[in-house]
Amino acid sequence: MLEIRSLSKSFGGVKATDNVTLDFTDGSLTAVIGPNGAGKSTFFNLITGALKPDAGQILLNGLDLAGRTPPEIVRHGIGRAFQVASIFPSLTVQETMLAAVCADQRKASVLHRRFPLAETRDRAEHAMELLGLASKRNRTAATLSHGDQKLLDIALALVLDPKVLLLDEPTAGMGTEERWRMIEKVRELWETQKITVVFIEHDMDIVFKIAPEIVVLCYGRILATGKPDAIRRNEAVIEAYLGTEHHAGITV
Amino acid sequence: MTELQAEQGVQALEVPHEAKTRRNRDALIALAVFVVLALLPTVFSSKLLLDFVIRCAAYGLFATSLNLLVGYTGLISFGHGMFFGLGAYGFGLMMQKTGVPVPVAFVATLGITFAVALVIGAICVRLKEIYFAFVTLAFQMLIHSTILSWVSLTGGDQGLRGGIPRPPFLGIDLSNQLHLYVASCALLVIGLFLMHQIAQSPFGYTLRMIRDNATRASFIGIDVWRAKLTIFVLAALFASTGGIIMALFVSGAYPEFAYWTISGEGIFINMLGGVTTFLGPMVGTVLLLILNDTVTRLTDYHGLVLGIVILFFAIGLRKGLMDFVVEWYAQRRSGGGERG
Repeated sequence: MLEIRSLSKSFGGVKATDNVTLDFTDGSLTAVIGPNGAGKSTFFNLITGALKPDAGQILLNGLDLAGRTPPEIVRHGIGRAFQVASIFPSLTVQETMLAAVCADQRKASVLHRRFPLAETRDRAEHAMELLGLASKRNRTAATLSHGDQKLLDIALALVLDPKVLLLDEPTAGMGTEERWRMIEKVRELWETQKITVVFIEHDMDIVFKIAPEIVVLCYGRILATGKPDAIRRNEAVIEAYLGTEHHAGITV
Repeated sequence: MTELQAEQGVQALEVPHEAKTRRNRDALIALAVFVVLALLPTVFSSKLLLDFVIRCAAYGLFATSLNLLVGYTGLISFGHGMFFGLGAYGFGLMMQKTGVPVPVAFVATLGITFAVALVIGAICVRLKEIYFAFVTLAFQMLIHSTILSWVSLTGGDQGLRGGIPRPPFLGIDLSNQLHLYVASCALLVIGLFLMHQIAQSPFGYTLRMIRDNATRASFIGIDVWRAKLTIFVLAALFASTGGIIMALFVSGAYPEFAYWTISGEGIFINMLGGVTTFLGPMVGTVLLLILNDTVTRLTDYHGLVLGIVILFFAIGLRKGLMDFVVEWYAQRRSGGGERG
């Protein structure tokens, strides 16, 4: 279980994350929404160690990870994919997966053996198949389409076998059809892998269709949390973010 | 254990057969190259050729070690030459002042290089890009200034005078040109073999990931600072070995060995030979030394000629010779973005 307790972060006078307290139960799928500048990505950056919080706790199964470095947090089981696909352009898909498993098995510093290590192959293979990248294994990451690069980014997080997977706008920069394919893939991964998934998304059709739980952030604070129906009816959310369209339930 | 692990099973397998085969094949190639180089004097009796190969060994180890930083890790060091100079001075001083056997001085020099590289690296690898480049350059100039000003120990701008004693050990007499030649070839081949092993190991791929995207590397659990420091120190050890060969060759050590121009030559060699293939810097070394030797014989304006050559590679080919050859060959074979 991932518990966020009174998490705060300021940049100068701006409170990007303001006393946020949240629980993500094991195996849950939660969407984090909010207007631009609401502090969604900062929230992810704090959880994954890219930023150090000013105050608060990030408890993963009771262990406080606040202020630890990204490698430490990853090793404790919080994986992350980025808004702009963050990959290794010169490596092939397969090399990327094998090297990531190597890092997860604490063998990234091994000098006396040859890459790839036999014990990394099965996990790498499985992650490629899960994300539909097996047929592109010999393509360098730089030559993949935008959608495949996003999938590779997710595969990089997933291959580390995380307990919690944070996806920062997995559908960013995609066309309508590609968006739905991607989000279906996310849902499929959540269902088959039984891990906790938290994702940031701007497309409300997608959010209300697939997320059983929604967190709404605004100016670094939690505006509302709950099931899609409750969020859709929440007046504060309608006023600050949704507008009347989703309130009426037209698009869902 | 989550479902992902449970589905696949994570039992450790044996080292794959092909990986062992690749290493054995590389060892055999290294041995064959050494035998060919060692037999070269029986075919060509030219002393100039032997001298040329010894210099290739010194600069080749230095340039290839620089490529571990530049090409594999994306750390562009302008100060890598300090370790070449440190190797030459460390070894020379050890032999002159202590009179220990050559192997002991060799190991002790690498020990000193290790300690110095660890301290300098711990400071430098925290920095990024141009800051890293210039702080390494600053450290190189610090070491160069120390060599110039500590006259009682280093001989100042005159260098280590009086020759470096090279007492025979295990039947090897390094004051004999042929023995020195064979020893240099052995050090070159062993050094290249070890560096190739580093490049092809899981750590070598960790370096590639850091070069491509250090932030992402840290988000898959890699301690980027530690990995950069490790390769910084390892590269320093090979550069130092190059310096030791040079000190043995000239029987001395001179401030130029630790001057920024040595680092500049290392960068030049890498640009010439290419940084995307392991042997690029070695090819670049041979090219540069041939160019140096022939051009300086023909004209006083050798700097101008070398400048034109580097412009040709940088602006004309936009890559080193080996990069160009490998890319051309790959395009001929597949014509696509696939890599086998």
